Amino acid sequence: MSITTLIPSPRDITTEPRRSDKVFRGVVTGGGLSSLVILGLIALFLAYRGFEVLKQEGLGFITNAEWSITLDESANVVESNFGLSAMLVGTILCSLVAVVIAVPISVFSALYLNFYAPGWLKKILVAVIDMMAAFPSILFGIWGFLVLMPSVEYWGKLINKYLGWIPLFEVKPYFFTRSPFVAGVVLAIMIIPIITSVSREIFAQAPLDRIQAAFALGATRWAMIKAVVIPHGRSGVVGGAMLGLGRAMGETVAVYTVLNIVFQINWHVLLGAGGNVASLIILKFGEASAYEIKALMAAGLVLFFLTLSVNAAANFIVKRTGKSGR
Amino acid sequence: MIQTPESEKEMSTSAQPSSLASVANAKQARTQPTQATGTGLEARGIHAWFGKNHVLANINLDFAAGSVTALIGPSGCGKSTFIRTLNRMHEFIPGAAMAGEVLLDGKEVYAPGVDVTKIRLQIGMVFQKPNPFPSMTIGENVLSGLKLAQLKVENKDELLESCLVRAGLWNEVKDRLDAHGGSLSGGQQQRLCIARALAVSPQVLLMDEPCSALDPGSTLRIEDTIRELSDSMTIVIVTHNMQQAARVSDYTAFFLSDGGPGEMIEVARTSEIFSQPKDQRTENYVTGRFG
Amino acid sequence: MTAVATPQKPWAKRPVDRIREFGFLIAAVIFAFGFVAATEMKGKLAYAFIFFVAYGVFTSTFAFISRGAPAAKDLLISTLVSLGAVLTVLPIASIFFTVLQKGLPGLHFGLLTNDMSMATSTDPIATGGILHAITGTLTLVTLALFMSVPIGILTALYLTEVKGRFAGPIRFLVQAMSGVPSIVAGLFILSAILYTITKDYSALMGALALTILMIPTIARTSEEVLLLIPNDLREAGTALGGTQWRTVAMIVLPAARSGLMTAIILGVARIAGETAPILLLTGGGDKVNPNPFSGSVGSMPYYIWKAFNAGSPEAITRAWAGLLVLMIVVLILFLAARALSNRKVSQ
Repeated sequence: MSITTLIPSPRDITTEPRRSDKVFRGVVTGGGLSSLVILGLIALFLAYRGFEVLKQEGLGFITNAEWSITLDESANVVESNFGLSAMLVGTILCSLVAVVIAVPISVFSALYLNFYAPGWLKKILVAVIDMMAAFPSILFGIWGFLVLMPSVEYWGKLINKYLGWIPLFEVKPYFFTRSPFVAGVVLAIMIIPIITSVSREIFAQAPLDRIQAAFALGATRWAMIKAVVIPHGRSGVVGGAMLGLGRAMGETVAVYTVLNIVFQINWHVLLGAGGNVASLIILKFGEASAYEIKALMAAGLVLFFLTLSVNAAANFIVKRTGKSGR
Repeated sequence: MIQTPESEKEMSTSAQPSSLASVANAKQARTQPTQATGTGLEARGIHAWFGKNHVLANINLDFAAGSVTALIGPSGCGKSTFIRTLNRMHEFIPGAAMAGEVLLDGKEVYAPGVDVTKIRLQIGMVFQKPNPFPSMTIGENVLSGLKLAQLKVENKDELLESCLVRAGLWNEVKDRLDAHGGSLSGGQQQRLCIARALAVSPQVLLMDEPCSALDPGSTLRIEDTIRELSDSMTIVIVTHNMQQAARVSDYTAFFLSDGGPGEMIEVARTSEIFSQPKDQRTENYVTGRFG
Repeated sequence: MTAVATPQKPWAKRPVDRIREFGFLIAAVIFAFGFVAATEMKGKLAYAFIFFVAYGVFTSTFAFISRGAPAAKDLLISTLVSLGAVLTVLPIASIFFTVLQKGLPGLHFGLLTNDMSMATSTDPIATGGILHAITGTLTLVTLALFMSVPIGILTALYLTEVKGRFAGPIRFLVQAMSGVPSIVAGLFILSAILYTITKDYSALMGALALTILMIPTIARTSEEVLLLIPNDLREAGTALGGTQWRTVAMIVLPAARSGLMTAIILGVARIAGETAPILLLTGGGDKVNPNPFSGSVGSMPYYIWKAFNAGSPEAITRAWAGLLVLMIVVLILFLAARALSNRKVSQ
């Protein structure tokens, strides 16, 4: 007796949505796509405005350090040189200083919040740190300029005195005011809350049964953290650090108030001469001619892509940890 | 020990729920407890609280060295809480409190100045769900206790092998000690966790429903391991499975909560608990009339 | 028999332990003072730093003697970890204290009722005020809300309710958008609208840039809130024969009401003090400007920025007072958001 039953193929289940639902879905999808549209338009318009300058300068826009324009009496451009290299190096330098300072502090404070702080203190600290992330950057900028800068310059001098033989900490001429280091410290203070909350959330997801297993094997708190929490949260912290890096690179007002902008590539963090793409835009915008504004638009485009790629990488890392990290 | 699939099958058929008498007979076949070193573990007047909630009242229980004691009883009667007070894992729960004394070789586990990490090295624990460290290989998992407590050992490879052999896992994993712990099956992971607990050579091994998340085959293999281990250490096992209690333990303690804090109703030789319990409630429970 | 037993926590610190810890604390303080006095280090932070190092070394040495190396390492790390938490909170305490200390002298009775049209940067504190800045910021925030709330919530609905084909990419893009530097948002509005269409500063231009910055905050927070709404509610709605639109409008959104309020408030907190795009787009007038669609308009950040850059002592005091007001606004917004989010899924 052979079984000749035909295996039925699954039926297609279809439904004709009502008109109200069609409209609803259409509207919501439209709203959902707005982020795509906005990001696309930003890239498009900045490229459109900056096109002339980008064409004129070519690759030199990235590799040259000079930023100058000469106009004649009737405001025609006689000569112009626009290059972002000093600003880009400065941006990267300031943000790296910020991340190097902020990551250890953030990781430690995230560990403190999750595994050391008593419950009531944890609640208060989490609220305070979250609030700090919402503070306007102008507050950090002015506070940094008037309160923090003298101390940071003093630290800079100490570092230079004892570690000055390392090329990175060299200072010639002897000038410490408004250095990339100062800007980096201010940025670090601004991104610590961000990295702390990302790390805190990732650490909190560390599997409880593994934590208990570690303790049951006679681990101290630190041994447990090293064996269970750190391996679990490592790439999440990297993602959080990248998120902070992206934020630091795009920060404008806080950096502008504490950084001395010089159109010359400078890798010496303690020397009072730095660069920053976002601050350049604020600095030059006020008295810029029409043509220079186009150059600033092009600079904005470069900054846009820089922060976008750093953020994309950060989100990718955080998301991947969220999925695989059990 | 190594088991062939056939014997596993045999055992699992014989492990089918049987009448009370046959369980008791099976129990009597088990050898008397061998004396391991030390004077064992004693719990005196243990109470436990979570916040205001009194969950465990006045438990007095001695665990002779080298014996296997099963704790049975319905869910929520405080068995797990009780064994967690023994190795001081109870205190991790916020709001937890306790009263009473736990003595290991006559020394108070909760005495002031006692290093809690040393206590947990002497009293190992195996959890309900297998929990190998996901970031470590099989070999690293077994030796993780040494690393966590910063203990030095002469011959790591020898220890690794002996622990895996004792946990009954060596033959299955000897060729892939560098694989990750997560690549093993549930039963293998649980035996890995047992091997991990053995590596720091505890005097006492606490097992909190070690088989409840496993299939019958894996359960039997772990029961074999328990029997092997009982020659060299004191074992306390919480179980919901009465056949399991009958198969592996020398003594059985019955816990019950009548809505208030959990209490220990009766403790005796396992054969007695299952054949002639003194308390009516115990009889009701072991004969399956409730619970 | 059960009545006799009292709950104890044998693992808690005993008075002896506390006294010993206090002893180490005092010793570390003394050591810090001595060390700072003996070397060329100076400043409060040096004291704090040396104190932490000394405390860590003292406690872990004791632990090493009494309990061995692992315990010593554990205590050293504990100290380090606490230092991390202190370093995180220290700046905010300093900011708070400084703004309060320097901003209070700048407060006066006319502050909220006058504008700066008749006052120069060197005039005494009592002249002028921030009326134009407050109204300007209110205008900016209101306009931005009108644009960003619908878009933000629609985006969140797309991600949680419609779950369309592009849900993955859009979630990613919203995340990416939250990283767009504020200055870039300003430049974009400048190039796309101000230069091509209006050719004039206005509150609307600023609000458009703020909208770009606010959308991701609202969308992400709302998404989290909507995900908390139990699926049963949605199924109950559709099982009763409701269309998806009616289910969302009458069941899901009302259930998420206070959570969505939180999202909006957090969005406002994010943009209230945003400075860079405002500098490019609003002109920063000193008079109250009743027309949101045309003409230069002042705002809190612009007011602070102008006063700070003017540099005279009076102007700096004005800047601090402005920062104080701005900080209080952000603080209130934040507390409101927290109070609401404590009951995320409301009735």
